[in-house]
Amino acid sequence: MSTEILARLQFAFTIGFHYIYPPLSIGLGVILVIMEGMYLKTKKPLYEKMTKFWVKIFALTFALGVATGIVMEFEFGTNWATYSRFVGDVFGSALAAEGIFAFFLESGFLAILVFGWEKVSPKVHFFATIMVALGAMMSAVWIVVANSWQQTPAGFHIVGEGLNARAEITDFWGMVFNPSSMERLSHTLSGAWLAGAFLVISVSAYYLLKKRNIEFAKNSIKIALIVATFASLFQLFTGHQSAVGISKTQPAKLAAFEAHFDSSAVAPLYLFGWVNEDNQKVNFGIAIPGMLSYLIYGDADRPVTGLNAFAKNDIPPVNIVFQSYHLMVAIGMALIAISLFSIFLWWRKKLFDHKWFLYVLVFSVLGPQLANQLGWISAEVGRQPWIVYNLLRTSEGLSKAVESSQIVFSLILFGIIYLLLFILFIFLLNQKIQHGPDDPETIPSEYEHQKTALDRNIGE
Amino acid sequence: MEFTFDLNTIWFILIGVLLAGYAILDGFDLGVGSLHLFVQEDEDRRILINSIGPVWDGNEVWLVTGGGALFAAFPHVYATVFSGFYTAFMLLLFVLIFRAVAIEFRSKQPMAWWRKSWDVAFSVSSILIALLMGVALGNIITGIPLGADKEFQGTFLSLLNPYAIMVGITTVALFMMHGSIYLAMKTEGHLQERVTKWINNTIIFFVITYVTTTMFTLIYVPHMTEHFKSEPWLFFVAVLNMLAIANIPREIHLKKYFLAFLSSCASIIALLALFAIGLFPDIVISNPNPEFSLTIYNAASSQKTLGIMLTIAIIGIPFVLAYTISIYWVFRGKVKLTPMSY
Repeated sequence: MSTEILARLQFAFTIGFHYIYPPLSIGLGVILVIMEGMYLKTKKPLYEKMTKFWVKIFALTFALGVATGIVMEFEFGTNWATYSRFVGDVFGSALAAEGIFAFFLESGFLAILVFGWEKVSPKVHFFATIMVALGAMMSAVWIVVANSWQQTPAGFHIVGEGLNARAEITDFWGMVFNPSSMERLSHTLSGAWLAGAFLVISVSAYYLLKKRNIEFAKNSIKIALIVATFASLFQLFTGHQSAVGISKTQPAKLAAFEAHFDSSAVAPLYLFGWVNEDNQKVNFGIAIPGMLSYLIYGDADRPVTGLNAFAKNDIPPVNIVFQSYHLMVAIGMALIAISLFSIFLWWRKKLFDHKWFLYVLVFSVLGPQLANQLGWISAEVGRQPWIVYNLLRTSEGLSKAVESSQIVFSLILFGIIYLLLFILFIFLLNQKIQHGPDDPETIPSEYEHQKTALDRNIGE
Repeated sequence: MEFTFDLNTIWFILIGVLLAGYAILDGFDLGVGSLHLFVQEDEDRRILINSIGPVWDGNEVWLVTGGGALFAAFPHVYATVFSGFYTAFMLLLFVLIFRAVAIEFRSKQPMAWWRKSWDVAFSVSSILIALLMGVALGNIITGIPLGADKEFQGTFLSLLNPYAIMVGITTVALFMMHGSIYLAMKTEGHLQERVTKWINNTIIFFVITYVTTTMFTLIYVPHMTEHFKSEPWLFFVAVLNMLAIANIPREIHLKKYFLAFLSSCASIIALLALFAIGLFPDIVISNPNPEFSLTIYNAASSQKTLGIMLTIAIIGIPFVLAYTISIYWVFRGKVKLTPMSY
């Protein structure tokens, strides 16, 4: 395989794996602030118990986020040296701001969050929780700003030519508020809130099915449901905003989302389908005629720019983008449906009555995870063949000093260590869930003692 | 070399500060890891791991931020070094993550074979991280082959030269010394007695490797000493370093472990200052063909970006210092094993 394919494969693999964790931290952060705020307000021990339990899960997702995040920080330089030289001046200030404002805030206060229950007053602890939640969101702000700049570069000029050409910043705020950054940030953040909320929903539903920690689970699920409902509806809104924005800033990407080839034609909205890129047709598809035109322009009869308006080597691979985009949208809709139906059941006081629906909630945790991954695939593959849109091609961004055999070697290393890391994550997550909120997290040498404590809980 | 206090110089110093912060903080927890196998009993080993328990994760953030700042201020250095040292850095990432896994896994099962295996993994990876970082530093000191296009032209094996390995071993020794002093602060009773005995041994180990490396440097890497010849007052830094090291046994004898730890921090800062003075104004020396070297000028971002980043740093750094210090304040004192411990 070529160096380019291998480098892209490695980046996709490592960023995909990394992106399991930060959204969980961001989402859980918001929920922790709500729970601990409720505790401070009501002084009910139940809320303290809830906060303490979810802090443990938060700490786990955060630790994995840091471990896999270090890799990302290195990888721009190791695999994409030419790209790093090109974007360093612009990208740099965003990454520096991320490091100083977000990472330190998050990691510093996390120690208090996890280990500081007995060491600081409840108010100081609550302050630390807010800081950690804020830090988690700040890290999303800066990395999404940087990524959005790659999609819609602004606030820069090109200095030098050929080998020495690079983008230099002319307007910092122009770079920060580039045409797509706010839409993409709100869309990414609500995806992260969904990831956190549905994790809480899933674990709580599991407890309800097992008839354990009932009060704990019921209260956790309610808080998470409110977050999930808000976030899933907000997601629909930001998703729409984003698509309208893309129609202006990256028309080739939007056309690939919907496999729209002919610029003179009114664009339909596909519910699903399979794109044949050779004869430019969508097979087995069902579409709403004129719907894309309507969503973008508010006019069902207006044509939308199609893929044929671009040179063959300037458009992304259509079917991958089409499929990932449509799956993402479908999952997003399903999450809205689940949230609203849950609220409806809650209103009718039947939320905890239907076993089948609790099973749906247990598995719903996979929804945001899949949608987040698919969303990134749509955004990033949809940007191809550019690494910086219309400025630098992905094939031009590689490291010249790195050979494909070296990347094969590092891919194997990452394969091994991420497998180990994922096993660790599932193992620890499961252990914490099985221990439940009542047991202090005991070391396994006291396993027997724990088991009896657990048996007692089941009776509650 | 004319010294002008411009933005490029400020960022050269600031990256040095981040590197020093990382070396001081992750340095002691890597040192604790390197010494981990010297105690045998399970409870003692748990105390060792938990002495770094609340902080090791946060300490690694300094590495992430250092990498980010390097990318931002000197993108050519970041691109050249990270792609040039590809295999070495991939191994470094592998052991960094592996070490994190070992810390998390170790105390989760009671079986002796389980814990002993992860203990070995934790300790070996701690040593390897220090070694690999030292090797990278060693290559920066000697210089690496660069082309006119600023790209690295050597191989992974060319990075593993005797001088670089010597710097690697010195780094391991330095962190062991630093870690043993940290442990003396965090332990009590019989364990503290044992740990205190290590301090003398690790100081001897460090001084031997440091003197050897210095001799090699004087003989084989003359470009590192040029500034010291032209500006003899800079020898003050080297003297400060020796004084700081000499002060450690004195403070240990007086049972002032925190002051001993501060001395060890001062020694790390002095060592990095020597390294930075030797390099300045180069960051990556091209060897051979010094005309292709990456300097604080030809490898830097634009003045505007350096200025924006300085604003960010001036706003952010007081906060970073304030909460770093407050975290260590909250977790001061001896390690106690609790149900939340590793």
